Amino acid sequence: MTDTSPHIGASDDGATQASRQTSVYVYEAPVRIWHWVNALAILVLFGTGYLIGSPPPSMQIAEATHQFVFGYIRFAHFAAGWILTIGFLGRIYWAIFGNHHARQLFYVPILSGSFWVEVWHEIKWYLFMTSEPKKYIGHNPLAQLAMFFFFTLGVSFMIVTGLALYAEGLGIDSTLYALFGWVFTLFGNNPHIVHTFHHLGMWWIVVFMMIHIYVAIREDIMSRQSIVSTMISGHRTFKDDKPD
Amino acid sequence: MSEIETFYDVMRRQGITRRSFMKYCSLTAAALGLSPAMVPKIAHAMETKPRTPVIWVHGLECTCCSESFIRSAHPLAKDVVLSMISLDYDDTLMAAAGHAAEAAFEETIEKYKGNYILAVEGNPPLNEDGMFCITGGKPFVEKLRHAAKDAKAIISWGACASYGCVQAAKPNPTQATPVHKVIMDKPIIKVPGCPPIAEVMTGVITYMLTFDRMPELDRQGRPAMFYSQRIHDKCYRRPHFDAGQFVEAWDDENARKGYCLYKMGCKGPTTYNACSTIRWNEGVSFPIQSGHGCIGCSEDGFWDQGSFYDRVTDLTQFGVEANADKVGMAAAGVVGAGVAAHAAVTALKAAQKKTQSTKEEA
Repeated sequence: MTDTSPHIGASDDGATQASRQTSVYVYEAPVRIWHWVNALAILVLFGTGYLIGSPPPSMQIAEATHQFVFGYIRFAHFAAGWILTIGFLGRIYWAIFGNHHARQLFYVPILSGSFWVEVWHEIKWYLFMTSEPKKYIGHNPLAQLAMFFFFTLGVSFMIVTGLALYAEGLGIDSTLYALFGWVFTLFGNNPHIVHTFHHLGMWWIVVFMMIHIYVAIREDIMSRQSIVSTMISGHRTFKDDKPD
Repeated sequence: MSEIETFYDVMRRQGITRRSFMKYCSLTAAALGLSPAMVPKIAHAMETKPRTPVIWVHGLECTCCSESFIRSAHPLAKDVVLSMISLDYDDTLMAAAGHAAEAAFEETIEKYKGNYILAVEGNPPLNEDGMFCITGGKPFVEKLRHAAKDAKAIISWGACASYGCVQAAKPNPTQATPVHKVIMDKPIIKVPGCPPIAEVMTGVITYMLTFDRMPELDRQGRPAMFYSQRIHDKCYRRPHFDAGQFVEAWDDENARKGYCLYKMGCKGPTTYNACSTIRWNEGVSFPIQSGHGCIGCSEDGFWDQGSFYDRVTDLTQFGVEANADKVGMAAAGVVGAGVAAHAAVTALKAAQKKTQSTKEEA
């Protein structure tokens, strides 16, 4: 599966023959920075987005002219939305110009038989039907599949519907509306339907987030490679020298 | 066409002075959002153009569009009906009835082939060969097709003609169908609303007769001059929305203070119409000013978008009362429980494996 170039860790100073770990540089700096900026943006978008649907109790701080509570909530949502959007575009750029791991998020090799065999193997691993997981440098095939459908498609949907709703605020003669006005045609010509689907999309991303965080931590403990630290340092380390 | 008088002729005949006529042209230009340079053009058009004949037909509807239309404050519906347009056929407004009315209908179509405007109020039901709406002894859909064949353009009055409105709401047993899905080969201008604002209706007619063309339309075919902004964009309660001050319950203190009706399900943020600027009944008020949220009556399928009183409305697809939040939280709950269970099994398995390996070592 892998061509692990052995990178001898600090433990290899001859003093102890303990766990000799190999490591591969997987996630380049732009991918890591994007991951955490994106995560933060999603948290802000979820919090403010929920409040836009169900506003907090009315506040009587000052005259309406001097009070901008709901305005700031919406501002934070729009700002985080733009950060997410531009970050996502940057991520697509890096998928083209970065290393091959950076491309995994944007496609699923549906025609590859071995891919589905490996997906099945991973499913068995999660169903406790196999005791030993395989080693993967990048995402495991099941993760790649889930990332693509939950995250890549989910976030694309949220960006498109989000920009369409934002364009309404800019006005129907705005450039953004010219670019995304078709979204309303797609959803029965009633902006309210777009709001509802954007709202459902939020929960789609929340469900992804829950599974993603759980699986990342679980794999970090249970699998044969590092997961969480890899998204910080960029290096994938392996816990054993056994073959795949 | 020469036998039809021009607008100017009719106005002068009614005793309107040249000075008043020019004032009227300026006011019309202002109402339509046109520059002062357009005033002489309007005047010229009204002096030279023969009045355009209008045929006004009624399908499945409640006549609220007509009721609204005859309450127009500016230009006065009287002026539009009597002076500006030559309303040759309108079965609810005309004096003639029965065979005489139908004869006038046929005569107008014959006489002004390709030159009249067809105004449609209501829509045709297509189920059972259109038998759910019979006018003049025939299914309305046949009358509509017949009148549309030689029309220059079609105006779809109200939510019925534009989108289907309540009779097309699920499950739509009569298969009530908006005009643009029945008549495909004519330019159609949609003037939605339940009913549309009177001044919007007369404004649209004035524009079409004066300039002999359609006004600029938005992507749904609505006149942009009246439907390019949301109620929300021009709502006088908008500062309370931005401040986060909402009516929390009907008749609470916030309602008395006139706070934003967003939490009470106001559809202003998703509704394109001119209510918050033109208002109703000679500018007296509009729903939000009267303390009730907008119900979104000028948007497609507004009857099927859940309650008028919820912000996050119910999704009927689930068969029970459930909105996006309930569905999302249920999904998140199930996944959360799944994650917890999976983690527990993982821990159990790991512990089991550890015990086994300790045994093997021993």
